Amino acid sequence: MSATTTEKETARPAVRQASGLSLALAQGGIEFKQFVRTRESLVFTLLFPVMLMLIFGSIFGSVVITPPGEIPAVTLSQYFVTGMIASGIMATGFQNLAITIPIERDRGVLKRYRGTPMPKWVFFAGKILCVAALAFVSVVMLLAVAVAFYDLQLPDTGQKWFTFAWVSVLGLIACTLCGIAFSGVAKTGRAGPAVVTPIALILQFTSGVFFEYNDLPHWMQQFAALFPLKWMCQGLRSVFLPESFAAQEVAGSYELGRVALVLAAWCVGGLVLCLVGFRWTTKREG
Amino acid sequence: MPGVTHEELAISVSGLRKSYADNVAVAGVDLAVPPGEVFALLGPNGAGKTTTVEILEGFRARDAGTVSVLGVDPARADRDWRRRVGIVLQGTGEFDELKVHEVVRHFARFYPNPADPDEVIERVGLSEKANSRTHTLSGGQKRRLDVALGIVNQPEVLFLDEPTTGFDPAARREFWELIRQLSHTGTTILLTTHYLDEAEALADRVGVIARGTMIAVSTPAELGGRHLATATVSWREGGGQRTEETDRPTEVVQRLAASFGGEVPELTVTRPTLEDVYLKMIGENGQEPA
Repeated sequence: MSATTTEKETARPAVRQASGLSLALAQGGIEFKQFVRTRESLVFTLLFPVMLMLIFGSIFGSVVITPPGEIPAVTLSQYFVTGMIASGIMATGFQNLAITIPIERDRGVLKRYRGTPMPKWVFFAGKILCVAALAFVSVVMLLAVAVAFYDLQLPDTGQKWFTFAWVSVLGLIACTLCGIAFSGVAKTGRAGPAVVTPIALILQFTSGVFFEYNDLPHWMQQFAALFPLKWMCQGLRSVFLPESFAAQEVAGSYELGRVALVLAAWCVGGLVLCLVGFRWTTKREG
Repeated sequence: MPGVTHEELAISVSGLRKSYADNVAVAGVDLAVPPGEVFALLGPNGAGKTTTVEILEGFRARDAGTVSVLGVDPARADRDWRRRVGIVLQGTGEFDELKVHEVVRHFARFYPNPADPDEVIERVGLSEKANSRTHTLSGGQKRRLDVALGIVNQPEVLFLDEPTTGFDPAARREFWELIRQLSHTGTTILLTTHYLDEAEALADRVGVIARGTMIAVSTPAELGGRHLATATVSWREGGGQRTEETDRPTEVVQRLAASFGGEVPELTVTRPTLEDVYLKMIGENGQEPA
């Protein structure tokens, strides 16, 4: 380093401003710490789907849902497991954020961030990184339980792993953006669970999580097809259930092209809703 | 501010107005704070203090008037401006499961030249709690964490909205010392408070807001003509308390000393406190003191 540069640096104090990317990683890290230290979130977001899987799995046992004699046979538990993985992704993205962000808004955390030069996108990137890590943990736990207890076969081709990856990632992005956008609906932290939980439950009942989708009334199928969860479940069935089971789907196939299209549309729509609906301060604070 | 131009002021406000629905919160506030001054904004709850301060912090939009903080309109606050401004909001921030040092360190990251986070924690008196989760802090300790977040960027202008709520008397004194240090290094400070002793101890000037307007601006010593007010001399004589209102208390005391031939029993000489003057002003303005 030449003497001239040193002189310049002394004249103008070196500005050690962290880059946006490193801020986003730090933001994700602090969000993750906050989450794993909060027992309620851990239980409701990560353990609840596992508990549901165990309970429903035990109830359904090995009811076979493929036509008699067809090989390979598919049990209701296996069908249900794919739905629970999709629900786990929705829980970490949608329910988690739509419930915790209003609480943080109530507690003045968002307003304090707003008063700093942190770029707005860093806050959202932090949430998304945190949610991605949690969703990964959630999916691994659910897969482990499903493989151990319900004869779920892990994907045996690269193609299926690839489908698994893009369905999960697109679904997670859509759910996360909707969760952030929906955080504007609950006016107070206390109202969060009351407005979010029914929506999650209705989607689970109508999207083929608790019941076979093709057994549902037509209007219910049409309703669920408007939202991401149905398509996430369907995409995951294509990964974990046999090719031949596609014949049982409403359309007679897993419709992967349409799955990608609907989930991508929800990502875009979710982003727009985020930009419109997100609030840093409570109504009372103006 | 004779001799100080608009551009040189750290904070400059004129004709500021803000209404919520049909409730007028700020009805024409003017304010001029030169760099390095500590200015205290006094007034009852609902007088418009927080609305005014939050407009200056860039959190609220105004209906009318011009506002400039460090030469920038806070309504168009950019990241550069945020780097130079420190904010301690009213009410306490709750960071739950995060530890004190984690929160301060994290906020320091947002700034180009932050103070050393450990030093900031030390300065607000939280060193012993640096490793504690924030939900275990007392109300006063949480408030100190807020102050730490407000000063971690070494701001040029610092807004403090009722900063010492929940402090015990010793903590309040420590906080005053911290504010004096910041003021010595040239930080401009706008403070709102309900504690008149705090305003008197810290502020170069005080402004009293009532019903959305600034009804007086002065030094604490001269507010409401306090320095011109008559003194009250009080003493004990013949088994009873005697008092005398006077413009010349020294003469009265000399006369008493001569007549008692030495010590005057229970002698006090008092002038109206800042609180007396303030309460009188607020009362005359038809607002309940809060």
